[in-house]
Amino acid sequence: MTDSKYFTTTKKGEIFELKAELNSDKKEKKKEAVKKVIASMTVGKDVSALFPDVVNCMQTDNLELKKLVYLYLMNYAKSQPDMAIMAVNTFVKDCEDLNPLIRALAVRTMGCIRVDKITEYLCEPLRKCLKDEDPYVRKTAAVCVAKLHDINAQLVEDQGFLDTLKDLISDSNPMVVANAVAALSEIAESHPNSNLLDLNPQTINKLLTALNECTEWGQIFILDCLASYLPRDDRESQSICERVTPRLSHANSAVVLSAVKVLMKFMEMLPKDLDYYGTLLKKLAPPLVTLLSAEPELQYVALRNINLIVQKRPEILKHEMKVFFVKYNDPIYVKLEKLDIMIRLASQANIAQVLAELKEYATEVDVDFVRKAVRAIGRCAIKVEQSAERCVSTLLDLIQTKVNYVVQEAIVVIKDIFRKYPNKYESVIATLCENLDSLDEPEARAAMIWIVGEYAERIDNADELLESFLEGFHDESTQVQLQLLTAIVKLFLKKPTETQELVQQVLSLATQDSDNPDLRDRGYIYWRLLSTDPVAAKEVVLAEKPLISEETDLIEPTLLEELICHIGTLASVYHKPPSAFVEGSRGVQHKRLPPRAGSGESTESPDVGQSGPSEAPPAVIPSQGDLLGDLLNLDLAPPTATVPSVQPSMQMGAMDLLGGGLDSLVCSSPAMGAGLGAAPAAMPASLGSAPAVGGGLGDLFDLGGGVGMPTGSYVAPKTVWLLAMKAKGLEISGTFARRGGIIQMDLSLTNKAMSVMTDFAIQFNRNSFGLAPAGPLQVLTPLSPNQTIDVSLPLSTSGPVMKMEPLNNLQVAVKNNIDVFYFSCQYPLSLLFVEDGKMDRQVFLATWKDIPNDNEAQFQIKDIHLNSDVASNKLQGSNIFTIAKRTVEGQDMLYQSVKLTNGIWVLAEMRIQTGNPNYTWMCWRRPHVRECVSQNDSPVIS
Amino acid sequence: MIGGLFIYNHKGEVLISRVYRDDIGRNAVDAFRVNVIHARQQVRSPVTNIARTSFFHVKRSNIWLAAVTKQNVNAAMVFEFLYKMCDVMTAYFGKISEENIKNNFVLIYELLDEILDFGYPQNSETGALKTFITQQGIKGQHQTKEEQSQITSQVTGQIGWRREGIKYRRNELFLDVLESVNLLMSPQGQVLSAHVSGRVVMKSYLSGMPECKFGMNDKIVIDKQGKGGTTDEPGKSELGGSGKQSIAIDDCTFHQCVRLSKFDSERSISFIPPDGEYELMRYRTTKDIILPFRVIPLVREVGRTKLEVKVVIKSNFKPSLLAQKIEVRIPTPLNTSGVQVICMKGKAKYKASENAIVWKIKRMAGMKESQISAEIELLPTNDKKKWARPPISMKFQVPFAPSGLKVRYLKVFESKLNYSDHDVIKWVRYIGRSGIYETRC
Repeated sequence: MTDSKYFTTTKKGEIFELKAELNSDKKEKKKEAVKKVIASMTVGKDVSALFPDVVNCMQTDNLELKKLVYLYLMNYAKSQPDMAIMAVNTFVKDCEDLNPLIRALAVRTMGCIRVDKITEYLCEPLRKCLKDEDPYVRKTAAVCVAKLHDINAQLVEDQGFLDTLKDLISDSNPMVVANAVAALSEIAESHPNSNLLDLNPQTINKLLTALNECTEWGQIFILDCLASYLPRDDRESQSICERVTPRLSHANSAVVLSAVKVLMKFMEMLPKDLDYYGTLLKKLAPPLVTLLSAEPELQYVALRNINLIVQKRPEILKHEMKVFFVKYNDPIYVKLEKLDIMIRLASQANIAQVLAELKEYATEVDVDFVRKAVRAIGRCAIKVEQSAERCVSTLLDLIQTKVNYVVQEAIVVIKDIFRKYPNKYESVIATLCENLDSLDEPEARAAMIWIVGEYAERIDNADELLESFLEGFHDESTQVQLQLLTAIVKLFLKKPTETQELVQQVLSLATQDSDNPDLRDRGYIYWRLLSTDPVAAKEVVLAEKPLISEETDLIEPTLLEELICHIGTLASVYHKPPSAFVEGSRGVQHKRLPPRAGSGESTESPDVGQSGPSEAPPAVIPSQGDLLGDLLNLDLAPPTATVPSVQPSMQMGAMDLLGGGLDSLVCSSPAMGAGLGAAPAAMPASLGSAPAVGGGLGDLFDLGGGVGMPTGSYVAPKTVWLLAMKAKGLEISGTFARRGGIIQMDLSLTNKAMSVMTDFAIQFNRNSFGLAPAGPLQVLTPLSPNQTIDVSLPLSTSGPVMKMEPLNNLQVAVKNNIDVFYFSCQYPLSLLFVEDGKMDRQVFLATWKDIPNDNEAQFQIKDIHLNSDVASNKLQGSNIFTIAKRTVEGQDMLYQSVKLTNGIWVLAEMRIQTGNPNYTWMCWRRPHVRECVSQNDSPVIS
Repeated sequence: MIGGLFIYNHKGEVLISRVYRDDIGRNAVDAFRVNVIHARQQVRSPVTNIARTSFFHVKRSNIWLAAVTKQNVNAAMVFEFLYKMCDVMTAYFGKISEENIKNNFVLIYELLDEILDFGYPQNSETGALKTFITQQGIKGQHQTKEEQSQITSQVTGQIGWRREGIKYRRNELFLDVLESVNLLMSPQGQVLSAHVSGRVVMKSYLSGMPECKFGMNDKIVIDKQGKGGTTDEPGKSELGGSGKQSIAIDDCTFHQCVRLSKFDSERSISFIPPDGEYELMRYRTTKDIILPFRVIPLVREVGRTKLEVKVVIKSNFKPSLLAQKIEVRIPTPLNTSGVQVICMKGKAKYKASENAIVWKIKRMAGMKESQISAEIELLPTNDKKKWARPPISMKFQVPFAPSGLKVRYLKVFESKLNYSDHDVIKWVRYIGRSGIYETRC
């Protein structure tokens, strides 16, 4: 009975002695020796040298000894794979034992030995055990499949164990069901796309039945699995909720929390006006409160989760403020969490009570807690306007205590109160100034300096105060330095006469003596502003600030939704998505709430992520049946621009097209592509003399004169393709460019969410010209909140081809650690004009003649003040090559050729009259009919 | 799931280490020791993340139990499991201490092998475990086939908490209603928060597989019956101060033997009990709580070096009942140099090591009042920080349930064996204790 003696042997030569004992003939001595080995193993000594001797003890009918040997094997088998084989026979034999406990033990242990050769031998026994007559063996075998999958996933699939495991979900024994569910869920996690769990109403029903019968742990596995199911409609959702609610009365907190998770998730699908919805809300509060009488560690987990629940559905706990009052003996981690929830629940109705409590807490011992309490008072002031005055006076009381960290914390929050309620509580500034000397923390110093600067005109000795900080400028933290710089500039703008010297001093300190680029830059900006235009400086520096709101500390909604799907788990404790702390592929799957039910709430509803690229692309694409309508819209700067009416004749359309296309062409140079390239899809084979459209070309020429000859092709300004609100905070804007023969997609990724984004990747849907990324999206560093990254993605045209409507439509999927987002955009066809598009003169002539008349289209561009040479140079920048030029009756005739990436040639004639307007004739020819974008509905002008 | 489980002594030495998952290495053992057990700072969270590895820990006396994982596990489940582990160990060998753990390490490894498979908790009911894992080594080699399959069906079965074939000559059961009443009162006597958390603990010595039904004066049930016309006898409570018939239960949770779906639909509590002692239910009430004592504090600062404290306690229940083990703890400032106490009843002492005056009264009847006054001498300090004035706390025990809960019946049915509900001897006891019973001063 006194096994503790095994822990005490530490003398030298121990291993040798143990060896002798292990090989002893006496059973008792052997067992003693194995115990000693295990004890040494526990404390971290290396006893692997004894491997063969220990394995020799395995063949025994003494179950206790056998278990000890197994324990040893699990620890060391990996380091001695060859020796471990010695054990295989015994395992296989034990799997056939008459005693189910021994069969289970063998299978359980074998699964823990991660040696390839052993796993090979495991398959057959495992297959038998999965169908064993005894449920104890089956439930052990179910978990063993997960173990084996962890070692060799392929083997498990090849052997068909997954199907056997699925069958076990229908087992008669609830514990077997629970373990099978646990194993399947784990395996499914590493195969995000497989439909392994295959939850359907039938299996769900089986799970719900097992739920009532299995152990508390089994209930947790089943509930966690249920939470990943997406009910088909609100009725199914409700019926599952009804069967899960009894679990809220379980003594095991984990069962309760997992049930809460299922309910919170499925509730999302219930219409809010449903009676049952209200009932459910009422049912959720009591069990959550009960969790607070559990042990402190569980209370902590519960509180972290309640924090999420309160943000998602404040109505559940809004009347339960009192239970979150801090008890004197609560552990500090419980206290801090309770405080957080108190602030979230604070409202006009209960603010008096809350403030009284907070004031009480501010006198406690724990520094962190006191600070948080003080901060909480400030947050209450910002959150509940009616209480602001009382909060401020409470804070002033606290400042009177002169407790250093209380004072500092109070000043920091008072600054925020000033920002929320300007010109209301400035009377307290005098009191604050009294405490200037006691501030030793950067945040508090910065806050105080901000206050002095902001209200410089009301503080008589503002210059003295700020000057006192200036003495130790270089010893201050950056935060304080920046604040000091701004404050002094503000002061100068308000009282220019007395403070000139001071501002000179701070500007030179910031710009000349500092190594910090932020500080230097800010210094220079102020300096130049002040020296060039003091009035403008005033407008910039003393601009009215936006009011702050109390919602700054809320968890970003998309993250919150994901965390709600993880209630009860570590993610909900850390308030981070699993991908932030789990390595490898596990947990990278992002869970989301089911789409919100009911109308009138569409703004709240999360995007439906499953929607394929073809559904609901965020870019605005008019859905008129007439293609021309779409076409016309091409490349006009904002995609939302009004769609020209398209009911008139085709001619009309054609001309508009040109107007549109050339407008952009003109704005900066030959982006005619959009118009040109899109045309084959729909260009009517009619000619027409169009009236002059727009004043675009004029711009072209202006630009041309100003900047000189652009060498590259026209690059449109970036437009927003993906709105942040549709993509969980990721905003993407971009444009296309052709540089040195390489097509590039220039993207700006902006993170407007509150969490860091990583793991970017991009993919295109099949498109008309086979555009595809030529390399991965190079976003090497994580994108932090509010950061923008510019990337250029080289594109190839070797991707799969599929005709799109409009022709130059491109559907893009962008993935990051949060989700996959889809949008579509349109690229200018000039992108596809290749560099070797200059046709041989003779060929041109021959081809030109072959073009049937009805393949011709005519367009007119107005107000171009360029002569033909300049124009042709400009067009060449976009790979529109002039083959020949002739002058007829004062008209310059340019003959041009363009070749597309897929080998389609476009020939054109451009007439330029000295004076207005300028005519362009354009003609198309397509030698490679097979590759043509579409044969039927794109009459080709050639 | 749980990747590994370690038990440490107070020095951080490993007593038990069991690794379930390949992603947990030996270095995890040291990481926890260095970062948590040996950390200079007080523990700020029961969950610690070190190098992408999460550690959950609970402490029992000076023993640390830590579960380790690299995955997004169900955190609530891990803690519940750690508590369960403590319960199981206590049930096997008593107090969790370094010595007991070392003495039983083989047993603990066996248990860990059984109740945690690949990190998934399995049946951990002591009743079931004890049928095949014992301190004398494992049973099993000499059992008959029937016995073996009985064990396995119990471990995996629907009624994992009870084995078949239990026999008693005398069928007997004990019900204890144990309540702890919690209070936070402002110095002005306003109740800031008050609640009762109660437990119904049952000790059953019943033969066979008895079906039990438990009834109490739950407001929802009584109201329902009242509507149905079958009014209970106009029960006057013979205990406590209030004569109310039913109580509003805010929330309750049950042992896993109780059929929750039945409670949810009919609000009836039916179950097959485990053998021996277990906790049938827990509940919480907040309405109409009988607060057995009221504390009226008066603290006056006389200059900078003296405090005058006067505390009155009033008992608020039937005069025929007696409260026991009453203790009032009045905190004193850290710079106290001397205390003089006068109390009407009981004994009071200043305990310098605990920074408090402790006033103990053995017994006190209902509707009485008692008083203590103390003069506290203070050493002058230049510490700017004000004394935090912790609340005055109280301990006591009373022979009634402060929530007003009454057991109405506990019926026992065993169809296979021939004993009826009437043959079962039943004992019911009510004990009210103080939980956190504090008055700010």
